[in-house]
Parts: sequence; C-alpha cells; structure tokens
Amino acid sequence: MEMLQASQPLSLENVFTEVAQLMDRFRKGDAPITMDTDIAQDLNMDSLAVMDLMMELEDKFDVSIPLNMVPEIVSVGQLAQTILDSKKGA
Amino acid sequence: MGLFDRFKSVRDAHGALKACGGDPFGVQMERVLSTTEAMIEGRRTILCGTNNYLGLTFDPDSVAAAQQAIADFGTGTTGSRIANGSYSGHQALEQDLADFYGKKHCMVFTTGYQANLGAISTLAGPNDFLIIDADSHASIYDACRLGSATVIRFKHNDPADLDRRLARIANEPGNKIIVVEGIYSMLGDHAPLKEFVEVKKKHGAYLLVDEAHSMGVMGATGRGLLEAEGVDDDVDFITGTFSKSMGAIGGFLISDHPEFDILRVACRPYMFTASLPPSIIASVRQSLAVLRAKPELMRKLWQNVDTLYNGLRAAGFKLGAQKGPVVAVHLTDPVLAGVAWNALLKRGVYVNLALPPATPSGTALLRCSVCAAHSTEQLERVVEVLIEVGEELGLLPQPALRIAAAE
Ligand SMILES: Cc1ncc(COP(=O)(O)O)c(C=O)c1O
Repeated sequence: MEMLQASQPLSLENVFTEVAQLMDRFRKGDAPITMDTDIAQDLNMDSLAVMDLMMELEDKFDVSIPLNMVPEIVSVGQLAQTILDSKKGA
Repeated sequence: MGLFDRFKSVRDAHGALKACGGDPFGVQMERVLSTTEAMIEGRRTILCGTNNYLGLTFDPDSVAAAQQAIADFGTGTTGSRIANGSYSGHQALEQDLADFYGKKHCMVFTTGYQANLGAISTLAGPNDFLIIDADSHASIYDACRLGSATVIRFKHNDPADLDRRLARIANEPGNKIIVVEGIYSMLGDHAPLKEFVEVKKKHGAYLLVDEAHSMGVMGATGRGLLEAEGVDDDVDFITGTFSKSMGAIGGFLISDHPEFDILRVACRPYMFTASLPPSIIASVRQSLAVLRAKPELMRKLWQNVDTLYNGLRAAGFKLGAQKGPVVAVHLTDPVLAGVAWNALLKRGVYVNLALPPATPSGTALLRCSVCAAHSTEQLERVVEVLIEVGEELGLLPQPALRIAAAE
C-alpha cells in the first residue's frame, strides 16, 4: 500500500477524501459519504469491518489508532479529525 | 427504544439460520455414548466438533480421580481462593503445570476465558500497550476492554506488520505486550512464533501465547506451539485451558517472572470468582499425567488429522492452509453453511458451524475438530457424509477439477 507523500500538506479535507475513498471497499450500500456520515449506521459496517478499516487507515497515514478510541469515533469527520490529530502529534 | 431492540440484527441473523432446519447454537446432546458419539435428536451421531483432542473425557483414571476427589473434598469450593482458601489440589495442579512447562510459576483460573481476561487485563497497566493479533479469540478482545492499556491490532500471523506497528509506538515509554495464539480456534492455522519472537526482542516487548488449542496437540511432549517452534525460553507468559485436550474445564497462566505471585492479589478474574472444584482439579491432574505418560495419544491424533484433512482435501473442499486438529471447511454463504450443517446433523455427523463476525474475513466455516479417540472408520464416514452433502448443495468443484484442487 502506498503511503501519503510526506510533503503533501495534510488538512482535514484531504484526510477526509482519502478516508472516504478507502471506506468504499468496506461499506455496504451506496449513500454518499460526508463528514457527518455515521460509520456504523449509515454505512452498515459491523464491528469487524470497522476494525479492519482502522487498520488500513493506520497504514495509509502511518499513525496508531488504538482500539480504545474506536467507540468514540462515530462519524467520518471525527475519524478524519482523529487521524489528523495523531499525525500532528507524531 | 426497548431494552432488547438493539439485538434486532442478531435476532434476524439467528432467525434466518434457524429457518434452515435446526438451531446450530442450540444443539442438545441427549446422551453421551462415548468420547466420540452422542445421541442428538434421537440419532446416534459422530462427534466431530468437540475440541476433545486427546479424547480424555472418559479416561478411566481421570474419571476415578474425579470421583475420589468428590468423596474426599466435596462437590465444590463454594468460594474464591483468596476468600475461602485453596485446597491442596489447586497448588498441586499449579506445580504440575509449572513443571510440565519448565517454568517457575502457575496460577489456575476457573476457565480459560478468565485466564485470558485476568492475565491480559492485569499485566498491562494504563500506560502500557497491548498489541494483539487481529484474529484473536473473544476472550482476548474482552480482556483488552476490561483492562486500561492502549490496544493495537496487527494483521493476523504477520510478523512484518507487527514490527511496523511496534515501530510506530517505539518512543512511547509504556511496556508492550504482544498477544498471539498457538493454534487459532477457527481456521486451525498457527502463529509464526519464531518470527514473532524476533520482533519481540527487537522492540523489547513481552510475548504472551494462548496455547488453548495447541496444548496436548503440538510439540514433542505436548507443550504446544512454543515447544514445536523451540521458543520455550522466549515466551514470557503462557495461557491455556483445561476445556480442550484436558477434557474438563479451567484455565491457567504460566511464567518465569520473579514477581508473578503478586497477581494473586491483584488479578480480579482470579480473585472474585469461585475456584475450580476438587473433582475438576483431580481429573485435570490425572489427564496431564496421561498426556505425559502416553505420547502415543498425540501420534494417534495426528494420524487422525491426516485421515480427515486429506480426505476432505482430495474431495475438493477448501480447507485452512495449515494441517492440524482443527479442520475448517470454508464456505462463503452463511445460509448455505447453515443448510449444510443441518444436513450433516440429520445424517449423524456433528461439526461446529462458525459464522462471521466470530470468523475472520466474512467466511462461514464447517469447523471439524479431530479426536485421538476417533476410529479411522468414523473419520472416513465423516468425509463420506461431507462429500454427499457437498455434492447435493453444490459446495464441491466438478469431479474433474478435484484432483487439481487436491494437488
Ligand atoms: C483461543 C482460545 N482461548 C481461550 C478460550 C477459552 O477457553 P475456556 O473454554 O476454557 O473458557 C478458547 C475457547 O473457547 C479459545 O479458543
């Protein structure tokens, strides 16, 4: 899997775009993905699919998203924000 | 919203499964005829989904030891070891196990589930990290939730992935504990333990191995995967269960760590539940002695594995990649798997039906487990019935393709 270029400026917008793109493989249904999309409810993903998605995102952005944080991440926007925060903290 | 409303999707899925003929999660064994046969729905049924790997549930010496212990010590301990005290058998069993593994310390728990719950949630503190295999057993996931450590999941059986994830937290000060299993309960594959040990050493982490399905099954003397891979000295903590090859119930944690004993007054799933009853302690001690005295049981188990695994593979079934006493037939459609499971039961063969999310990557499994006490004829019969059902339901490739699939 390709990692993001280090030089690419990271904003909530482009993290979101990447996240939404990757999510397409894990989700069920075809409702459009927005910042407010509820990951479990709107995309019909079970807990295993959510964990697998998180794992791929960890690799894509080279961050850790501990399982402990997963229950708090409800919307796609929150997920993007979490990744952005970990990236800045790193 | 009603109290049980949120179980709607579970209820729907279970309902769809029950509509296939019977309830795979509600099987009743009316009578147990032997280690390998029971009466189910009035039919004599071959048991091929028990985890009774060495067939010790009816071992005459283990049965006699349990009976004697009931006569001598009563039916139960009626409390936990810290509140009500230990019986001599508890300590004797702990010593037996420590000796068997060649380690200094052992604690026994009331189930294997609680052993994982206790070990994992207590060893890792709030500033520590648990790095667990993605396909870990539910007891490991639940242990992570009970504890306060930061939990990171790595790709199943992938040492390079583990290495990468540990590298990301390399600068974090907390202890890191890697958790893997010997044989995985659903797919029957096992951890590349040597490689995991290398990664563990590189990052200064601890390694805990759950040998639930590999004790009494792998290794020259039955110590499990760590013995088979020759890494006894590099594994820091071992958990396991008496509910599989030992034919009873109970769990354990083993280690050489010098400060181990503090866990007895710090580990809640050890402290706040009743201890194992004397009969179980006695039968497990005897079963462990049988395992040590009769290596031929393990040899017989692996001969039986050959019969079942090779038979199903030659027929063209898709099986797990690693041969072992858990033989999982992979199907894709849960409902079709339910129909197949029912058809097997109606023809006198009991296996386990395993469905997502208990199984990895959305597969539905007809999970068979092999017992040393199975006769070759019984296992040939299981293969025959699986082929019959497989052909009727279109689960098998065309006959011409079978040879190729078996190559
Ligand atoms: C890998 C693994 N660990 C732990 C357990 C729990 O064992 P027990 O049945 O003793 O609670 C099981 C079995 O259910 C298991 O498969």
